[in-house]
Formats: sequence, C-alpha cells, structure tokens
Amino acid sequence: MESLILSLLIFFPLLGAILVALVPSNQHSTIKGVSLIVSIITMILSFAVYSWFDEVATGMQFEVNYSWVTSLGINYHLGIDGISLLLLVLTTILTVLCIISSWNSVTKGVKGYFVSMLLLSTGMLGVFCALDLFLFYVFWEVMLVPMYFLIGVWGGPRRVYAAIKFVLFTMFGSLLMLVALLYIYFQYQAFSGEYTFDLLKIMGMPIANQAQLWLFGAFALAFAIKVPLWPLHTWLPDAHVQAPTAGSVILAGVLLKMGTYGFIRICLPLFPDATITYMPWICVLAIIAIIYGALVSMVQKDIKSLVAFSSVSHMGFVMLGLFALNMQGMQGAVLQMINHGVSTGALFLIVGMIYERRHTRMIADFGGIAKVMPVFSAFFMIVTLSSIGLPFTNGFVGEFLILLGAFKANYIYGVVAASGVILAACYMLWMYQRVIFGRVTHEENKKLTDLTGREKLVLIPLVILIFWIGIYPKPFLRRIEPAVKVVLSQVSRASTVQLNEKFELEPVPVYGETGEVLEKTLTDNTGANR
Amino acid sequence: MSEYLFLIPLLPLIGFLINGLLLGRLPRPVITIIACGSVALSLILSVMLFVELKSLPVDSRVIEQTLLPWISSGDFSVNIGFLLDPLSAVMILVVTGVGFLIHVYSVGYMAHDPGYGRFFAYLNLFTFAMLTLVLADNYLLMFVGWEGVGLCSYLLIGFWYHKKSASDAGKKAFIVNRIGDFGFLIGLFIIFWNVGSLEFDVVMKQAPLVFAAGGALITTACLMLFLGATGKSAQIPLYVWLPDAMEGPTPVSALIHAATMVTAGVYMIARSSSLFVLAPDALMVIAIIGACTALFAATIGLAQNDIKRVLAYSTVSQLGYMFLACGVAAFSAGIFHLMTHAFFKALLFLGAGSVIHAMSDEQDMRNMGGLKKHLPITFMTMFVATLAISGIPGFSGFFSKDEILWKAFSSDHGHVIFWVIGVATAGLTAFYMFRLIYLTFYGNERMSDEAKHHLHESPKSMTVPLMVLAVLSLVGGLVGMPHIFGVTNYFEEWLGPVMAGAHEPVSHALASGGGDASMEWLLMGLSVALVAVCIFLAYYFYRKNLKATTSLAEKLSGLRTLLVNKYYVDEVYGALVVRPTVYFSVFLWKIIDVIVIDGCINGMARLGGDISDTLRHSQSGRLRNYATIFAAGVVVLVAYFVFG
Repeated sequence: MESLILSLLIFFPLLGAILVALVPSNQHSTIKGVSLIVSIITMILSFAVYSWFDEVATGMQFEVNYSWVTSLGINYHLGIDGISLLLLVLTTILTVLCIISSWNSVTKGVKGYFVSMLLLSTGMLGVFCALDLFLFYVFWEVMLVPMYFLIGVWGGPRRVYAAIKFVLFTMFGSLLMLVALLYIYFQYQAFSGEYTFDLLKIMGMPIANQAQLWLFGAFALAFAIKVPLWPLHTWLPDAHVQAPTAGSVILAGVLLKMGTYGFIRICLPLFPDATITYMPWICVLAIIAIIYGALVSMVQKDIKSLVAFSSVSHMGFVMLGLFALNMQGMQGAVLQMINHGVSTGALFLIVGMIYERRHTRMIADFGGIAKVMPVFSAFFMIVTLSSIGLPFTNGFVGEFLILLGAFKANYIYGVVAASGVILAACYMLWMYQRVIFGRVTHEENKKLTDLTGREKLVLIPLVILIFWIGIYPKPFLRRIEPAVKVVLSQVSRASTVQLNEKFELEPVPVYGETGEVLEKTLTDNTGANR
Repeated sequence: MSEYLFLIPLLPLIGFLINGLLLGRLPRPVITIIACGSVALSLILSVMLFVELKSLPVDSRVIEQTLLPWISSGDFSVNIGFLLDPLSAVMILVVTGVGFLIHVYSVGYMAHDPGYGRFFAYLNLFTFAMLTLVLADNYLLMFVGWEGVGLCSYLLIGFWYHKKSASDAGKKAFIVNRIGDFGFLIGLFIIFWNVGSLEFDVVMKQAPLVFAAGGALITTACLMLFLGATGKSAQIPLYVWLPDAMEGPTPVSALIHAATMVTAGVYMIARSSSLFVLAPDALMVIAIIGACTALFAATIGLAQNDIKRVLAYSTVSQLGYMFLACGVAAFSAGIFHLMTHAFFKALLFLGAGSVIHAMSDEQDMRNMGGLKKHLPITFMTMFVATLAISGIPGFSGFFSKDEILWKAFSSDHGHVIFWVIGVATAGLTAFYMFRLIYLTFYGNERMSDEAKHHLHESPKSMTVPLMVLAVLSLVGGLVGMPHIFGVTNYFEEWLGPVMAGAHEPVSHALASGGGDASMEWLLMGLSVALVAVCIFLAYYFYRKNLKATTSLAEKLSGLRTLLVNKYYVDEVYGALVVRPTVYFSVFLWKIIDVIVIDGCINGMARLGGDISDTLRHSQSGRLRNYATIFAAGVVVLVAYFVFG
C-alpha cells in the first residue's frame, strides 16, 4: 500500500475526471456530487500519506521508480519529502474547498468545469511527487491546460486576454526549462555514460560553473514567472481578476508554489554554485517584490487585484527566505508557502462570496458590510489579520522565520524586508475599513444576506489552519526540517565543487550513492536537536 | 499554587471565546458574569500568586511555567512560557485590578449599547493579551501580547465602526504601532543572532558577556527596542495615534489608552534594563525623548477643549515622565509612576466618562460647567485624581513624580536640564488639570436646557469603581516614599532583584549623606511651590477672572492657534509621509507596472507577432516567387563557393 499510495493519490482525481466525463452533461448534481466525493477521497489519501510519513527520516519517502520510456532513460520516479508532503495536503484540501465553493456559482459548462478541476488536481499533485525531471516537466505542462480553460471559459469579461497571457508567460518559461533539461540530460550521459532524467542521480553530477549559471538562469526564469518574481508578475493580476473564484484560489494557493517549489527541488540542489552567485540578485528582486507589491496593492480599487498584488509581496517573502540560504529562512519560506495558500486562498474565497452577492469587486461599491454581514466580517477580519502576519496566526510564524533568516544572511535584507510588514498592515486594513466599516451607503448592500452554512463550511477549515499553524507550528516545522537540511547540505557543496576544480581532487560524492554519508551527519544533527 | 500561573491570562481568553463565538447572543447578565467574572478570577489568582511570591526568599522570587514549545527552527527555539517575578507581579496586579474595575464600570457605561457582547469580548481579549505581554518569559511571546493589545486597541477604538473618524483612528493606531513593531522586530533579530536566545533570563545574563558596553551593536538594539516603545507608548515621533484613539468608548480610553497598554513600552524597557544599562547613549536618547514628549504634550494639553483630548495629551506627557525615568536608569521609578498613573489616570478617564454619560455624550468642556452639584461623587473622585496627578504632597502622584524628578537630577545618567523640563511639565500639568476641573465642574452651566434636564449622577456600577480608584490614587504612593522621609522605599526594594543597577542610585544617595538629602528637600520644595503657583494661575484664569483669559488668548492668538492645532504635526506627517507614499504607489502602478513592465512584455509579444506577420507574406503560395527566391539562393551559394 505504501508504495502505491502516491500513484493512487495522483491518479485518483484523473480517474474521477474520467468518471465525471461519463455522466450526462445535464445531470449537474451528479457531476458535482461525484467530483466532491473524488476530491474528498483524494484528501483522505493525502492525510494517510501525512500520517504514514516518517517525520524524522531524511531523504525521499514512499519512493517508487519504474522504467517508463526505457530507451530514453525516462523513469516513473516518485517520492516525497516534508516539503512536498505539506504541499500535497494543502493541494487536496484547497481542491475540496474549491469544489464546495463552486457549488452554485458555476452554471454554464458544469461538466467541463469539474473535469478541469480534477485534472488540475492530478497535474499539481504530480508535480509535487515527481523525482524524474521529464515526469516533472510532463505534469508541469499538464497542469497548464485545465487552468487555461478555467480562466478562459469560466472567467470574467477579459478572460481570453488573461488566459492567453497566462499561458504565454508560462510556456515561455517552460520552453527554456525544456532546453536546460535536455542539456543536463546529455551532460549527464557524458559524465556517467547513462541516459537519465532522474533528479536524485543528476544531483550528484558536478556541473562546470559557467554552465551552472546558464542552466540556473533557464530554470530560474521558468520558476520566477510562476512565483511570480518581480518584474515577471504582470500576468498575475490579470489572471486573478479574470479567473473564477476557485481558479484564483488554486492559482494563488498552489500554482504559485510550483515556482518556489521548483527552486527548492531543482535550482538549489543542482546548481549550488550558481545559487551562491545569484543569491544577492534574487534577494534584491524578492525585496523589491515585497515593497513594490505592497505599495501597488495599497492603491488598487478592485479587491481581487489588491489581493493579487499582495501575493506578489508575500511570495517575495518566500523567495527571500529561500535565498537566505539558512535554516530559519528556508524553513520559514516553506511554511510561508503553505500559509500563503491558506490565507490568500481564504481571501479569494471571501472575495468570491461577496462577489456572488453583489457582482462587483470594487472597493468603492461596499462599506458598512459589518452591519449587514457580521459573521462574514468576522471571518474576513481573521483572514486579514493572518495575511498581515499577526502573532498566533500562521502568517507570523512564517514571516518571522524568514526575516530572522534574511537578517542573518545580510542584515540589510532583514531590515528592508521587515518594512513590508508595516505596508501589509496599511493595504489590508485600509481595504478592510472601506469594505466593512462605515455606514451602508449603497442601497444594494442593505439587503445582503450573511454567510450560509456551506460558505462557513468552506472557511472554517482554513481558519482552523490559520490558528493551528500560528499557535502550534511544531508538527509542520518538524516535517520541513529534515528536507530543508538536505537542500542546505546540497547547496553547501558549492564551495567543495569550486575547490575540486581548483585543486583537481576526486569528484564530489554522488547524493544517491553516498546517501548514507549524508544521512549520518543529518541524523546526528536531528538527534542533537531532539 | 504556582502551577496555576497560566490561568491568569487564560481565564480572560476563555471569557473572550465564549462571548466572542456566541456573538453576543447570550442574555446580558450572563455576558456580564462571564466577562467580569473571568477577570475577577484572574485578579484573585494574581493576588494569591503575589502573596506566594512574597513568601519566597528575596533572591529566588521567580515562578516559571512552560506551557508548550512554540516555534523552533535549527538553533532557534522559543516556548510559550510564563515568568512571574517582582516586576511582572506588579504589572499583573495593576492590569487585573484596574482592569476589573473598568470591566465593572463598563457594565453601567455600555448598558444601552447594542454591541454590548462584542464590547466585553474585546475587553476580555485585551486583558488576555496584556497579561500575556507582562507574563511572557521571552521576547517573542511578549511580542505576541504586544501585537495582541494593539489589535484590541484597533478593534476597540473603532468599536463604533459606522463612524468614519472612529475606524480611521483605529487604523491609524494600528499602522503607527506597526512602525514601532518594525523596530521591535529588528531589535529582536540583533539580540537573537548575538545572544542565541530570546528568553529573558538568558538574554539578561548573557548580554554583558556578548555585547561590548556602549558598543554600536547594543546601542542599535536598544534604540530599535525603544522605537517599538515609542509606538506603543505614544512618544515622539509616534505619539500621533493616541489623541485620535479617544474615538473609542471611554472605558477603553481608561483601560487601554491610559492605565495599561500604553505603558507596555515602559514595562518592556524596564524588563530589558540589563540591556539598556549597557548602552548609555541609548539611555540618553530615551531620556531626551521622554523629557521632550512630557513637555511637548503638556503644552498641547493646555489648549484642548475636548475633555478626553486633554486627558489623552496628559497621558502622552505622563508617559514621557516614565521614559525620562528609564532614560536616567531609574527603572523602578518609572514602574512606580506607571502604577500610580494607572490609578489616577484611569480614574480621570472614568470620571470624564461619567461626565460625558451625564451630559448625553457631550465632550466639549466649553459646553459644560457647574457640574459639581449634579455629579458630586464624580467631582470628588476626579478632584482627588487631579490632586494626585498634579503632585500635591501626600497623594500617590507626588511620590512617584518626585522620585523621577530627583533621579533625573541625581542619577549618573541624569542632568539638571532633565529636572528643569520635568518640573516645568509638572507645573503645566497642574495648570491644565485644574483648568479642566474649573471648566467642567465650576462656573456657569453652559449646556443646553435639554442636556441640563438629563443631568444625573452615574449608577453604582460606575461610581463604585471611581471611589475605589480614588482611594488608590490617595494612598497608592505610600509604598514608595523617598528615603529622606526616613522610611523604607518598599517599592524600590521589591523590584530591586529584577532591575539592573537598581542599587546604584540608592547607595549613591545614601553614601553622599547630608548634602544630597538637603538638595533633595530643596528640589522637592521648589517643584511643589511651582505646582502651587500654577494651580493658582488656573484658578485666576478659569475661575476668578475669565475676562483675563479671553484677553490673554487674544494676545497670544498665534501661539494658541498653534497649540489648538497640535503644532500641525498630523498635517506635516500627511504631507511628508502619507501622501507621497500614496502618490508613489499610484506611480508604480499606473506607470511602472502598466506602462513600463507590461508595455515591454506586450511589446515583445507584438514584435513577435509583427515578425511572424511579415514572414507570413513570404508564404504567398505563388510558384513564381518561390522560384525567384530559389534562383537567388543558388546564385548566392555559387558565388560564395567560387569567390569565397
């Protein structure tokens, strides 16, 4: 069972999608019901993975490795560490919530919509489990298609423009990634005589400095577009504003994480020297993103584009934490990936709820909502505070660790980025004030109804996560820690590689083969911590 | 007993959860019992633990309790743990004691408000956060309380959220505090990366070993922490939110914006005394900022007509005194004034609330007058508080203020200028407070007939807390009488084990013998005399000879306009910080984002499109064209091979 579980997790939604496709298009409730059940079972499967996961072990777990296209050395190689584990769980939870939230809001093309949701789920889960670069690439592209349709078909008035922009940006990045991937593939053959896309094997290959810079650049561009890192972010506000609620939730909650996940999984371990070289540049871009995203967010008139720009700022924090290249920064960054999924996901759901009632998202169209929708306002407040990063909410733990790590890396990074914390309060509270406080000035707002049971059901799990991660983050941090240690030890090879080139010593130990060596030092570390 | 320490903050949290989750659906008496009861239990527990702490030997007066691990990452780890020592014991008594009285008072004050349940839920949440702040055993948990009280302050200032001014004020408070929190965080980073821990006892023990005394690192760390304190405790340059915070219900002003939350900065610095004594330059900055804020805010207080605004500026000014004390390394004097101030300022605000309540929500003192006979209890209690804040000998404020003034003069970090500013502020304080009393309770009844008709003394639930606080304002200072009175300063002795350098000034004062003692008597006499003169001036201008006031105001109209408009500081901030930020943001959005970045990218896309479009035309499908190009190609190739 344990060896099958990841495959089951990835392909169960696909199976569900096929099942839904077989239901006649006019039987809406069957389509919705089947989709919901499939997504719930997928979520339970991810919980099973979570509970079977060995939280102290280093290295990949639940690994399966079958030959797929033998002649090309492409393998069906899956496996997860603590980072992928949490992202998997986040993905399945958000998918369930999205399906519930779309219950009444989707009226046209119901079947296509839910099939897309389930397909998307397969693509996302696959990306987080793939340990073969080619497989990774396949899932990465698979994910793009249903998202394109979600925006392009069920989106707002400028949906086609937004969808095409989204696809072009991503495709541009993925083409570069494909080129880099093939280069590595042939490079590895020259190094070891074997054709393979296996990530763990490739990690052991020393790559010349100059080549690392190019390869890192190609992958980084693909991932940075996804994050999105300033100045590659302009597709995001368009995509968010036009996407349907569930599309925005998945986009912000999971798809953006693909970018940062790619950095952790591929860029940092494969190109340690390039990582060190590029680190200051990426940190500076991340800090620009933090401040820039926050400032632009402050003057938005549409709530959704405000949240979209706030994502640019928050993802800047994640990037800064990753490239602080120390324990606190990176652990905080991984946790913040989850936090952003939870909090921003919840924000988009909330915006969706009010949009369904008023069919507008302009801040100026609201005001005085606290009076008519007190429960809604309370949920909104909690999520707002979590987005601001108030202590005892999830956002604080992540941001604090990131800033702590960034400060250690270079105190100027820490100081400048910390000012983003002030700006976050400005844009969120100002928006909250204009939407929720004041008197009801628009006649249409006077008869708004408060949250329904279904809507509360969608928000309550996220609120629980907000406080859980905020007050007792230990279960999450513990699972992230071993994985982050591995990544850090891989990055720390950088100086070794340089030494080897200089003094022509023996080649660097290969990660897959000398796993024991690594594991020993790592378990010693964890032992000391416990 | 000590294993119940965690219940002190937890009980109000439970109260909040019950009242908050049920969204005020419970009947009012139940809400009242849960809200007041939880704080009352905390108060009882605090007293019991205080007694237990007192029974321990002086050197081991520490009770610690760790609840659960909170954040740990690599070599960083903090717990959710509580620390009861003499300092936090004083604080929890003040917080639960004054807090309980204000809860009771609110039962009467908020009786007719539709948001009754919500109000008490917030009030309980505040009490929880404040108790967490003072009981935390590490900086990060303190920061939780620190932000928590800020949140409650935000929620309670904007309690009447339908008023734009109220929600504006709440937002302003939160954002200005965030600027301070930024400093607090930077301070924590410096401390952690040098000491390797954020726990108070580790930091205080390690700091002298790790940091070079007077070095740039520790000075920066202390200044950053102090930046946090200027936000929370409304000091220059971040005081601007506190006067606006008066938009909140008056019990909130009393509890949060006078007695407890705004003193958190003072507490934090006293808690970190071992760090601050390592940074004399930072101490000097604190003393200067404290002294300046004390004087500056007092002058604004002279010209305000809104009864709550006078008290708000008075609070800013009194907080300045506390920082002055900290800045001259007289931390226990600062905490002593924090305590007495909590009594008399809470009383003044609650009294003002009682007046506003009686006046049907009128806050302008120009429309009051002659209320003495209508509100006898309110008048008597407020009068006691006024005597206390003015520093009339025997009242609580006298002892604490006198100690600060003496330390400002005599401490190693002190200076005669600090004393002069302190005494001048004392004079101004006496003046504006008696002005408030005369305008409100004496003279003609200037209110409308309708308002006059409704005048009534407040109900028992409001007047009893006033009376209790009046007693505390009267006798609360007796625990900290100066040595020259020939008695022990119990308060200083109690805090001694916690405060860095606590013994220094004492021994200094004792050792130098008679000369210093007579100096101390002299300075005390001078300040009392000045206060007496100022009270007389207030009597002359606002009771005896009102015409003189008008003519004086005309003569000094320029100064008066400046004071009434609070030196235009809000306007200056608006012009220099707020508006440029907004304009810059719009510029980033409309120009950089839409035109430059997106323009470039769309331009590239269009360029790609144009190129393809041009190339498309070459695929004309006409055989003749293809043949021509083919022939040209052949010619070029042949030429290349022949001549190349």
